[in-house]
Amino acid sequence: MTIDLKTIKHISKLSRISVDDKKAKKLAEDMNSIFDFIEKLNELNTDNVEPLTSVAETTLKLRVDEVKSGNIREQVLKNSPGENEDFFVVPRVVE
Amino acid sequence: MSDITSLTLTNLVKNIKDKKISSEETTKAFIDRGGKSKDLNAYITEDFSNAMVKAKAFDKKPNFDLKLPGIPMAVKDLFCTNGVKTTAGSKILSNFIPPYESTVTKNIWNEGAILLGKLNCDEFAMGSSNETSFFGNVQSPIDKNLVPGGSSGGSASALAANLTPITIGTDTGGSIRQPASFTGTVGLKPTYGSCSRYGIVAFASSLDQAGPMSKNVKDCALLQEIISTYDEKDSTSIDFKRSAYSKELTNNIKGKKIGIPKEYRVDGMPKEIEDLWTKGIEYAKDCGAEIVEISLPHTNYALPTYYIVAPAEASSNLARYDGVKYGLRSKGENLIDMYEKTRSEGFGAEVQRRIMIGTYVLSSGYYDAYYLKAQKVRKLIKNDFDEAYKKVDAILTPSTPSAAFKIGEKTNDPVSMYLNDIFTVPVNLAGLPAISIPAGVDAKGYPLGLQIIGKAFDEQNILNIAYAMEEKIEFKNKITDWWIK
Repeated sequence: MTIDLKTIKHISKLSRISVDDKKAKKLAEDMNSIFDFIEKLNELNTDNVEPLTSVAETTLKLRVDEVKSGNIREQVLKNSPGENEDFFVVPRVVE
Repeated sequence: MSDITSLTLTNLVKNIKDKKISSEETTKAFIDRGGKSKDLNAYITEDFSNAMVKAKAFDKKPNFDLKLPGIPMAVKDLFCTNGVKTTAGSKILSNFIPPYESTVTKNIWNEGAILLGKLNCDEFAMGSSNETSFFGNVQSPIDKNLVPGGSSGGSASALAANLTPITIGTDTGGSIRQPASFTGTVGLKPTYGSCSRYGIVAFASSLDQAGPMSKNVKDCALLQEIISTYDEKDSTSIDFKRSAYSKELTNNIKGKKIGIPKEYRVDGMPKEIEDLWTKGIEYAKDCGAEIVEISLPHTNYALPTYYIVAPAEASSNLARYDGVKYGLRSKGENLIDMYEKTRSEGFGAEVQRRIMIGTYVLSSGYYDAYYLKAQKVRKLIKNDFDEAYKKVDAILTPSTPSAAFKIGEKTNDPVSMYLNDIFTVPVNLAGLPAISIPAGVDAKGYPLGLQIIGKAFDEQNILNIAYAMEEKIEFKNKITDWWIK
């Protein structure tokens, strides 16, 4: 299987990473060599194997749903790249 | 006394407790050496003046009951440090100042240690040579233009060059053990769930684990004892009985069964690695261990599995970097354009490549063929270890398939770079603990490491085996200070 430029453009859209033609060509090359290597997995029959989603053989713990660190708006907003005081500012999304 | 910066952690603690040296003297010694070592590019952010203030404060009101009394140390720049810039080696986080502290670093400061600064690493820990860092590659103190390994390359370089007495790294596929092996130092990847992931910049959440890096096994045990705590802020942190690793450390490993997996004898393995392994087996026998041939039949499938699972998780974890709440923001014509430009300009090539791979294997129509397949093979890999551990207490392998390579040697061939992690990746996939200890040198004099893999939660056992073997190996790192003018 080969990953063509059209697929690269599609993945770049899903990844929200803009990719020009030059970059797309390089990515296609690299990804094809990586997927050639990955195809090795098809040598194995895994029909009756349970997928492993977590190595930690414990069930997730439940906790009480309570606020532990409230009133930190200033801290939360401090690293925001937009110039604003009380909100995260983004480019206009509604006309 | 010999130079402060060349002391092991254990010696340093003893000297401070015996009041032979102060925290201020110690901190100043490491800062001075750091200042003379800029050519290594080990630091991304230095926090030297704050460190001096903290050291003086410690000396004024010392608490010698702490395990790291006034000990200065630098940490990998993947751990969030409250009020100190944390970049993960990426342009996209180059202005990020966390308003909170990671649990692992908090544990360290609670024992009296002092932050020297943040160490260079591959961008988002994605790399095996520290060459993907936005802040430039790191030089290994072993030789000029040699990579220190990665992703914890700054940590390994700083430790081997005596810029910090101990350090911490993170290991997703070998990022602690491979750089430790390349720089003649000790590195432990703990059992998944042993150290909290809270406050560590996420790469692949089912594989990431923080761990200690040190100059010897005893220091490693002490640091592991400090950083491994149950933490309710990490939903996969595991509440198990942790032993006092440094107190219970023993070189008595008589009768321990150590497995040698035949599948690790890979095609084209350099003779010096083969010889190192054979020597390691002899050392283990000398220590009284029993050697058992074992089989881990799915070893060859670990790397392809890893290069599906890790990018898939990364593509999901890194979706948060969108230029809205923190980090870099590029100007865009609209919201989508802003996202796309921010991520295209903020992430480096390797990170973009892995996000794209991850997005692809999770995308509609490919999920079953790749991601689900990889999760199934991951199960087979874990089963291999479960079977092996019915017969043995630990497993001995080389840490890496070769010694360190030159800067630029592998950057154009991603697959050859990925092959570096062939012996370390299976351990992450199975969630097991493993330690790399220096065990010899190659023809050029570059360090080579041996890896001891343990059962889950059995850190004490592999530390003991490493401790016993370390005594027999008597490895001495040859650092010539070539970078100091």
